[in-house]
Amino acid sequence: MKVTIDNITVDVAPGTTIMQAARQIGPHIAPPAMCYYEPLKASGGKCRGCLVKVTAGSEKDPRPMPKLVPACITQIQEGMVVENTINEQVLEVRKGIVEFLLLNHPLDCPICDQAGECDLQNFTFEHGVSKTRTVEERNTFDPVDLGPNIKLNMNRCILCYRCVYTADQITDGRVHGVMNRGDHAEISTYIEKAIDNDFSGNIIDVCPVGALTDKTYRFKSRVWFSKPVDASCDCGKCSGKVTLWYRGDEVIRVTARKNEWGEVKEFICNTCRFERKKTSDWTIEGPSKVPHNSVISANKYGANKITPAFPLKQAAEQYKKIDDNRDRSFLAPQKQLN
Amino acid sequence: MKILTEHIDVQGIETIDVFRKKGGYSAVEKALKTMTPDEVTEEVKKSGIRGRGGAGFPMGMKWSFLAKPEGVPRYLVCNADESEPGTFKDHYLMMKSPHTLIEGMIVSSYALGANTSYIYVRGELMYVVNILEKAIQEAYDKGLLGKNILGSGYDLDLFVQPGGGAYICGEETALLESLEGKRGNPRNKPPFPAVKGLWQCPTVVNNVESIAATSWIINNGGDEYAKIGIGRSTGTKLISASGHVRKPGVYEIPLGITVEDFIFADEWCGGIRDGHKLKAVVAGGSSVPILPAELILKTVNGENRLMTYESLSDGGFITGTMLGSGGFVVMDETTCIVHNTLTFGRFYHHESCGQCSPCREGTGWMDKVLYRIEHGKGRQEDIDLLVDVAKKIEGNTICPLGEAASWPVAAAIRHFRDEFEWHIKHPEKATQKGAVFMREGASWSL
Repeated sequence: MKVTIDNITVDVAPGTTIMQAARQIGPHIAPPAMCYYEPLKASGGKCRGCLVKVTAGSEKDPRPMPKLVPACITQIQEGMVVENTINEQVLEVRKGIVEFLLLNHPLDCPICDQAGECDLQNFTFEHGVSKTRTVEERNTFDPVDLGPNIKLNMNRCILCYRCVYTADQITDGRVHGVMNRGDHAEISTYIEKAIDNDFSGNIIDVCPVGALTDKTYRFKSRVWFSKPVDASCDCGKCSGKVTLWYRGDEVIRVTARKNEWGEVKEFICNTCRFERKKTSDWTIEGPSKVPHNSVISANKYGANKITPAFPLKQAAEQYKKIDDNRDRSFLAPQKQLN
Repeated sequence: MKILTEHIDVQGIETIDVFRKKGGYSAVEKALKTMTPDEVTEEVKKSGIRGRGGAGFPMGMKWSFLAKPEGVPRYLVCNADESEPGTFKDHYLMMKSPHTLIEGMIVSSYALGANTSYIYVRGELMYVVNILEKAIQEAYDKGLLGKNILGSGYDLDLFVQPGGGAYICGEETALLESLEGKRGNPRNKPPFPAVKGLWQCPTVVNNVESIAATSWIINNGGDEYAKIGIGRSTGTKLISASGHVRKPGVYEIPLGITVEDFIFADEWCGGIRDGHKLKAVVAGGSSVPILPAELILKTVNGENRLMTYESLSDGGFITGTMLGSGGFVVMDETTCIVHNTLTFGRFYHHESCGQCSPCREGTGWMDKVLYRIEHGKGRQEDIDLLVDVAKKIEGNTICPLGEAASWPVAAAIRHFRDEFEWHIKHPEKATQKGAVFMREGASWSL
């Protein structure tokens, strides 16, 4: 089936969604996905960040769709024409969505463990505006423990439901869900239940923001100070294929491996995630692939690496340049005032 | 002309014996014994009846969309989760005459080929649930429900399900989720319930009033029903009149009477309460745009506005509104529109399910801004901010609650902007008890 997105035509299999078709074209065309998560069934359609304009429904019925449609759950039709980044209305609505998502968000990126790999941060940088219009007090929640290894900071949550679907589809028995409604809705466990099963840690990986964080990693480092390395182990429960995050020689965090869309490739068990934190537990496979535009790759590999010598060298170069050109007259003995 | 409420004041109409004496359940006999399901559907199509829950979608067309794959059960669900502020017609009908609904349910289920049907009643109305359950038991005892109804070979089981008390469960897919025992979050569409509804089976969801009207349509024929009303607005409609009228209550009107008649005629609302003047009307439940007196009585072209789907929406949302669910809220000059908009805004903030971001955050934002304006802390830019927030919610949400929340705010500012400005410019006056802005030269000004 042929579909045209932002004037680029691709051939995709029937049943593909607009989002998947756009991802086939490339990351610059793919709409932002805050709630959609390909490995999880039934996810998507909630954040409305991926709304796109369908200017022609299909070849048979080329009428435009009256409303913007969510790209992540709308299946393509033969000859559909979609406008994503070239449509003013779409971009205007996305500005609104960013504004809505940040309305009750604490904007505590400087102390948030997710900063640097946060979908909301990326979405905001790409589509948001720099000024807020709200003067209202933000809704706040107290951080709570969801079981022994996971901390929930509900203030940051955007209610994407990914963790709910993960618990439904990956773990055996979900004990948490969304309580209350409207802007008071919150992720919570059932009364006196703690999330404690072998695959519960995956809800940290699927969380697009810093609402669910790893208690063994909280406040230890910033992601861009650590170095991701692919590693594996012979684990009886899961595939054992993980990413180790090193700071110096120390493994400070273990996560599942993610693809270029930030989606987990294979879910890992809690033993791998929370307990195997020594290099000797793992077989190292090599550095993880990090997109060049990600903040995680900064300062680590290749030409743009900033070594301790680098700033000195740069400073020395600049100093020399200034030295050659600058006005030296002030160095001359000043005339005495009478 | 009364169809649904003809016998509603008869003593004991809630019992099956009295109801049958008044001709009740004759439609069931006629449909099950002499008609095929397709013939029933055809009659409903001919009647031109439009969904009475608010959207006004032709009911016969909705039925014909129902997918009918082999070996898959089909369901009829009656939406009795009437929670729209200003609307209380279904409540009245079910409370007074539960068999009217049950009769319609049997006929409609037969037409759709559903062997299990549900009535999803608003959770706050537990006594209505009891009334319905009692009536259903009576119908079972008389052989009107259960196996082999009246010897026709058609089986139907009818269940009443009380909701948990959420406005959002009146949205059809949220209702189905709730009926399945889940959190009442609306589903993404497509697939529509006609293809994948209750338990992923084809389902039709109809309003109480629409279903109740089918029995009269079967008894008297669709053509007869279509003769009532004007154009594409056929039949009668229950209107819940409330607010500053002499005689608030539920009225069954033939579609096509003028709005002026409805408000001022003694047969209906009987005019505005003594010594007061009409200021504004919310014509179809809290979510439709509010209209000032001059626009509700006459369209912008100077024609009399009629109680029909078309006439009320004449002029689009610039100068028109919608018939909606028929929650007719009349306000006189003592009503502060800002306060009224805040009340609506607070309602939608409270009732947003929180699933999709524009509605979850937007309704809360509008509520907070309206609260500030009402309490004398408004800023001049807040008015445009409200309009912009409403615009960004509208059309970008999963279900129509986003629109329902943004329309009343946008419309109030469209027609009563001066009132909002007065609140912002004169907070000390506006926050006094009972203070209302009087527009100079307006028909309602004292």
